[in-house]
Amino acid sequence: MSEPDLKVRIGPLELKNPVLTASGTFGYGQEFSELIDLNELGGIVVKGLSLKPRAGNPPPRIVETPCGMLNAIGLANIGLENFLKEKLPRLQRLNTAVIVNIYGHSIDEYGAVAAGLKGVEGISAIEVNISCPNVDKGGMTFGTDPDISAQVTEKVLENTDKPVIVKLSPNVTDITVIAKAVEKAGAHAVSLINTLTGMAIDIETRVPKLANISGGLSGPAIRPVAVYMVCQVARSVKIPVIGVGGIMDYRNALEFLMAGASAVQVGTANFVDPRVSIKVIEGLRKFCKDQGITKIEEITGSLKVE
Amino acid sequence: MIEQNTQIIFNKKIAPGTFLMGLRSAEIVIQARPGQFVMIRVGPNTDPLLRRPFSICGTRGDDLFLILYKVVGKGTAIMSNAVKGEKLSVVGPLGRGFELPEPGRKSIFVSGGIGVAPLVFLAQAVKSNLLFIAGYRSANEIVPMEQVGLNLTDISIATDDGTAGHPGFVTELLASHLTESAEGHLKIFTCGPLPMLKRVAALTIERDIPCQVSLEATMACGLGACQGCAVRASKDGNKTYYHVCQDGPVFDVHTIDWESL
Repeated sequence: MSEPDLKVRIGPLELKNPVLTASGTFGYGQEFSELIDLNELGGIVVKGLSLKPRAGNPPPRIVETPCGMLNAIGLANIGLENFLKEKLPRLQRLNTAVIVNIYGHSIDEYGAVAAGLKGVEGISAIEVNISCPNVDKGGMTFGTDPDISAQVTEKVLENTDKPVIVKLSPNVTDITVIAKAVEKAGAHAVSLINTLTGMAIDIETRVPKLANISGGLSGPAIRPVAVYMVCQVARSVKIPVIGVGGIMDYRNALEFLMAGASAVQVGTANFVDPRVSIKVIEGLRKFCKDQGITKIEEITGSLKVE
Repeated sequence: MIEQNTQIIFNKKIAPGTFLMGLRSAEIVIQARPGQFVMIRVGPNTDPLLRRPFSICGTRGDDLFLILYKVVGKGTAIMSNAVKGEKLSVVGPLGRGFELPEPGRKSIFVSGGIGVAPLVFLAQAVKSNLLFIAGYRSANEIVPMEQVGLNLTDISIATDDGTAGHPGFVTELLASHLTESAEGHLKIFTCGPLPMLKRVAALTIERDIPCQVSLEATMACGLGACQGCAVRASKDGNKTYYHVCQDGPVFDVHTIDWESL
């Protein structure tokens, strides 16, 4: 049998395969370039970018939890200007999709970061992190309010020439409400889930294990939650869904595809096995071959429910 | 830097709760520099999930590298049960190691507990004009230097409880060697628990003696991607935080904000 076709479409964006690396877990790609061929990836979602550099939170920033980890890095990053100067040239030489994850602390800041990336070559899409605090609204997370999520989406769309993926927060009552709001605002796709807010305490000292007190839970511990939310959202919107949350191998990736995702992001697993994303791609290819599937797109939403 | 399934050649207890593991990898041996570390995945399961960072404790021949570790949690407990012939996935060597002392300068190595590990590797490279001061909580924790492949003539021991060597802290022994006549000719290399490092930092900074410190931090990736292992930088530089995995684990004593630790 001939090689299966692993290409997928995320709205206007075509990926050579459905496996992306998740923002914040893969740096700017170069950190892994000695260990894997980045060109084999479906794409790289780079570390969350803000208008100005951000130093991040005080340590401890990470703590391991059962089958997962909590992080409170604090969105540390080098800022738009340094990104364009220092990181982008290397990314532009890659033969894979480069998706820039952006965030802001006000709706205008989202617009400004998007505007700064407008017309820049070698950037395939923008992923918008709406799981951060809105300083104009007393620090309430943008992504917990459907209207504000829509406003952020519109602002980014006004300021960009690239496809826009909105990354959804799972820390909401009904994620489909937010998904529908950003779809209506014009988002080309949604990715989900971001980390689940959590906390761990050192019982000897009675002090939180993270200096930030709370952090974002990731890793295989959150996967069933993510699969369910992807399934719910895929049934609520018409735009493509990218599944994220605790993928450790190709079987996990298949769960997301079957639940309705058109592509997936591998995150925390990159820390555990820096070659995992390549192994997921190989696993998906073999699965398609073994099952006689000619196009991997056929798997998306193929879940059987009585 | 590589990722490799390396075979365990030995994994032996050399003191209560302290193990020396030999892993086979010609590629890591050829690249490894004293002070660098590796990230080890203790098994295929997802609990514990993350790799564990370990200083390289030395190399033997052209294809064996050593890891010295203390059983402190779930990951190291699993490692301590691993047997010869099993394979462990290793990423490394990682990070910036020690800068070797200039010829003619006397080196003093100051270790606390399991912090001897990177200094043993460094001692293999420095060889002469070297005093090794090793501190432990108690005599039964002492790492036998000949077992880790080191035959030193000049070694002093301190134990907190006085059961061996100098009764008291290793930093007291260090202070006794920092005489005025010696100050211009010394270089200090240190690794160990934080209170000890802070004391070494204070002693060397106030006397203006060059000092390199190997720091420990919780890490997720070891590659500079997660930025989890942040340590606050001193006001001298233009950075707020360094990342222990990439900017370190070995730092010049002046670059760290010791107050924050």
